[in-house]
Amino acid sequence: MLEVQNLSMRFGGLLAVDQVTLDVQEREIVSIIGPNGAGKTTVFNCMSGFYKPSGGKILFEGKEVQGKPDHKISKLGMVRTFQHVRLFTQMSVVENLLVAQHRHLNTNMLAGLLGTPNYKEREQKALDRAAYWLERVGLLELANRDAGNLAYGQQRRLEIARCMVTEPKLLMLDEPAAGLNPAETKELNQLIISLKEDYNVSVVLIEHDMSLVMDISDRINVINQGRPLASGTPEEIRQNDDVIKAYLGEA
Amino acid sequence: MAANNYKHALFCAIVTLIISFPILGLNLEAEGVKITVTGAETSTHIAILLAAVVVFVFQAFRDSFMGALGKLPKLNPLVNKKPMEQSKRVKLESWIMTGLVVLALFWPFFVSRGSVDLATLVLIYIMLALGLNVVVGLAGLLDLGYVAFYAVGAYTFALLSEYLGASFWVALPAGALLAALFGLVLGFPVLRLRGDYLAIVTLGFGEIIRILLNNWTNLTGGPNGIGGIPDPTLFGMEFGRRVKEEGNTSFHETFGIAYSGEHKVIFLYLIALVLAVITALVIRRFMRMPVGRAWEALREDEIAARSLGLSRTAVKLSAFTIGAFFAGFAGTVFASKQGFISPESFVFLESAIILAIVVLGGMGSQLGVILAAIAVTILPELAREFSEYRMLIFGAAMVLMMVWRPQGMLPMRRIHIKLKKQE
Ligand SMILES: Nc1ncnc2c1ncn2[C@@H]1O[C@H](COP(=O)(O)OP(=O)(O)OP(=O)(O)O)[C@@H](O)[C@H]1O
Ligand SMILES: [Mg+2]
Repeated sequence: MLEVQNLSMRFGGLLAVDQVTLDVQEREIVSIIGPNGAGKTTVFNCMSGFYKPSGGKILFEGKEVQGKPDHKISKLGMVRTFQHVRLFTQMSVVENLLVAQHRHLNTNMLAGLLGTPNYKEREQKALDRAAYWLERVGLLELANRDAGNLAYGQQRRLEIARCMVTEPKLLMLDEPAAGLNPAETKELNQLIISLKEDYNVSVVLIEHDMSLVMDISDRINVINQGRPLASGTPEEIRQNDDVIKAYLGEA
Repeated sequence: MAANNYKHALFCAIVTLIISFPILGLNLEAEGVKITVTGAETSTHIAILLAAVVVFVFQAFRDSFMGALGKLPKLNPLVNKKPMEQSKRVKLESWIMTGLVVLALFWPFFVSRGSVDLATLVLIYIMLALGLNVVVGLAGLLDLGYVAFYAVGAYTFALLSEYLGASFWVALPAGALLAALFGLVLGFPVLRLRGDYLAIVTLGFGEIIRILLNNWTNLTGGPNGIGGIPDPTLFGMEFGRRVKEEGNTSFHETFGIAYSGEHKVIFLYLIALVLAVITALVIRRFMRMPVGRAWEALREDEIAARSLGLSRTAVKLSAFTIGAFFAGFAGTVFASKQGFISPESFVFLESAIILAIVVLGGMGSQLGVILAAIAVTILPELAREFSEYRMLIFGAAMVLMMVWRPQGMLPMRRIHIKLKKQE
C-alpha cells in the first residue's frame, strides 16, 4: 500500500537520506531502525509531506504523494506521531481528538451556527469516536483535563488516539516507546498489535527499543547514515553481520 | 550579583538623567522669531534628581521588589479558595452575562445622555475586543493593525451615505462584509508569518489604511474627514426633529410624544447593545465549532495541526476574516454615533488599546474581555483630571498584570464536554 523508492533528502551539504527504499503492505508492521542521526525521522518527514524530498518517489495506494502538502497527505489516510510529543497542550484531551476529526465534521459555518441536524449528528459521532478511543487508551476519565497536564506516557497514548480517530490506513509512529516505563511499553506493544489486527491499520514504526521492535515487527528496515543497510524479517536482521557491526560500532 | 545590580542601577539612573534633563530641565522660549533656551526652575531640577534616585533605588533592589510583588497575591483571601466546580462556574457565568444584558437594556432610560453615549462607546470597544480576541486570543496571530478593519467599516458607511445616500441598515452589512474582505486580503500575504513578523506587517497594514484615508483627499476628504453621516432609523422612522429623507416619518410624531434628543442616543445604544450581544453569541458559538477548535489548534501547534489535515491557509484566513467582520460592525456603529469621522480616529493607539483590552481581560476569555473593555473605556472618563496620565496608568496596569496575572483577569476556561461511555 505504501512504496518508497530511492528517497533522498539533502540539507545543504548533508545528504540526510540517501536512496532509501521500503514498502509496506496492508496490515503490516514495518520498523525503521538505525543509530541516532541515521535519518529515520527525516524519512517520516518526507512521507508525511513535511519536507519535499530532493529525490525519489513515494507512492501511497498507487498514487504519487511526494511533495504534497502535509494536510493533504493526512487526508489520504496517512498520519503520524512525533518524536517529541506534539499535543495541543492548552486544549482538553477530548478537544485534541475533536480537532483531529476535522474532516469528518460538518465544517460549514452556517450549519454550525444554526445547529442543523446534519451538523449535530456529525458532532455527536465525533464525540462518540473520541470517547471510544479514550476508553481504548485508558484516558476516558481524563477527557476534560488539559492535554498538557497529562503524564508523559498518557500524552504518548493520547497522540496515538488522536491519529486513530482520523481513521487512518497507515500510521507512522516515531519512537512511541521513548520515555515510557517497562509496563507502559508492554501496553504499547499490545496496542500497536491490536491496531493492526483489530483496526486493519498498517504501521510504520521508528523505535530504539529493540525488544519491542523485534517483538511486533513483520519486517525491519535498517538505515545507517542515511543509507539503507539491510531489510528483512526480525530473524534475518538479528543475524545480519552488517547490522551487528553498525550497532556495535556505534555503541 | 549585588555589584552587578548596583552597576545596572547606576546606569539606569544616568539614562533617566540624560533623557529627562533636556526634556524637562530646559525650556524653549520664543522671543519674536528667535527661540532661546533657558533653564527650568530649581524645583524641576530637584524633581529630576529625585526621579533618578528613585530609579536607582528601584533598580538596585529590583529583585526583592518584584519578589514581593509576586508574593502579594498570597495575602489575597481569594487565592486559597478552591476553584469553583466546573458546572457551577458555567452557570454562574451565564447568569452574570444574562444579568448584565438585562441591566444594560434598561438602564439608559434612567441615566444622563452623556452616560448613554459613553456606554455606546463601551459597547463598540466590546465588539472590537471580542473580534480581536478571535485573531489574537484564539488563533494566536498577533495583529497590531486591527484598527484598519474598524476604519474600513466606518468609512464604508461614511462613503456610502455621502455618495449613494445609503442608510445605516444598508451600510451595516456592507461595512462588515467589506471589512471581512479586507481581512481576507490581508490574510494572504501574512499566511507564512508568525509572531514578531506578523505583528510588524499587520502594524504596517493598519498604517497604510490610515495614510490612504488621509491622502486620498478627493474621495475621503483627507484629514478633514467626512461629516453628515446619518443616524439609524427604526422602520423608516427618523429620530431627528425634522425628517431629512423623503418618505421617512419621524419617531416622535408617529408615537405622538414630545421630541427629545435622547431618543436617538438611546436607540443607537440599543442597536450597539444588540450587535455586541450578537457578536458575543456568534463568537461563543464559533469557539465550540470545528472552526474555533481549529484556530486554537493552530495556535497551540501548527505542525501537529497540519499533520492532522488542517489547512493552515483556511484556518488563518477564517480567523482574520471573522475578526475583521466584527470590527466592521463596530466601525459602522461608530460612524453613526459620531456623525463625523476622520483618519484621526483610527491611529495605531486604537489598535494598541484594543489589544490591551484582550490581554488584560484574558486571551480567549469572553467575559474577561468584556469586563476589561468596560474598565479600559470607563476609567479614563471617570478620572478625567488624570487624563494626561492615561497612558502612564495604562502602562503601569499592564506591567502589574504581567507580574500578577499573566493570563489576564479572567483567563479562558475550557468548555466541559460530556462524553457517553462507549461499549
Ligand atoms: N531540517 C534540517 N536541517 C538540516 N539538517 C537536518 C534537518 N533535519 C534533520 N537534519 C539532519 O539530518 C540527519 C538525520 O536526522 P534525523 O532526525 O532524521 O535522525 P534520526 O534517525 O531520526 O535520529 P534519532 O534517532 O536521534 O531521532 C541529522 O544529521 C540531522 O542533523
Ligand atoms: Mg528521529
